[in-house]
Amino acid sequence: MLNPDSVGRTFTGAEFVSVTQSQIEEFARVVGETDFSVAPPTFSIRITLTQSQELLSNPDVGLDWTRLVHGDQKFAIHRPIVAGDQLKCSSTIENYKVVAGNEIVTVRSDLHSASELVVSTWSTLVVRA
Amino acid sequence: MVNVGGSRMTHVGDVVAERVFLINRELLKSYANASGDQNPIHQDEAFAKSVGLPDVIAHGMLTMALVAKFVTDWAGGSGAVKEFSARFVKPVIVPAGKEVDLKVSALISEVSDGRVRLDITATSAGVKVLGMSKALVEKK
Repeated sequence: MLNPDSVGRTFTGAEFVSVTQSQIEEFARVVGETDFSVAPPTFSIRITLTQSQELLSNPDVGLDWTRLVHGDQKFAIHRPIVAGDQLKCSSTIENYKVVAGNEIVTVRSDLHSASELVVSTWSTLVVRA
Repeated sequence: MVNVGGSRMTHVGDVVAERVFLINRELLKSYANASGDQNPIHQDEAFAKSVGLPDVIAHGMLTMALVAKFVTDWAGGSGAVKEFSARFVKPVIVPAGKEVDLKVSALISEVSDGRVRLDITATSAGVKVLGMSKALVEKK
């Protein structure tokens, strides 16, 4: 079970994540996109999924990542991600509830380039009972 | 009436014509590599069935990535999307050796200041796979 004290806490990654041209191209090609000048809208999941998982795997948080199902996803894109971006991820547990034994956790992840907020994402994750 | 701004030709209630994407196991593998999501429920049939799924299922985020492609092709490029959301209501089931469909269409629900809001419908094998899917775009 999630530690209730974790709700509202923000965990910021220690390292910057570098976005490369080849990562953008690989992601774009999967959906048939041929313009590689900017990343496709959902590219940021590549960064936030692993980063938030790392940040929230802290034993203090108590989130069981092995039994997670993705419930919903939202993106607010302030500008497209481009090759050369150095992004820092900070993840916050915004909401937590237990419904019929299933834990429902909303994680917000913000990607910053220096002080500029580039993308915010919200993932609702369900830990099945 | 004179229409000003980028929303010319776009009106509330207009439909963005349906488009069909095809999904197979190869695409799941490509998406796993491109996204870093190597969860075996998207690649390993025996594993997927062992956790109670009918078969391998597509990444919900692959479905969203394809819907985003539908939106950006209409809106004028990858940079057009300002907001995008969806709920994963049913999985896209991808049997071995088969291509399954993802049918996407949208309805324009709001037009203001050059920004257009879309209500998106996505189905696979006749089943609605995304709920409450919306996008806000700057249409070129």
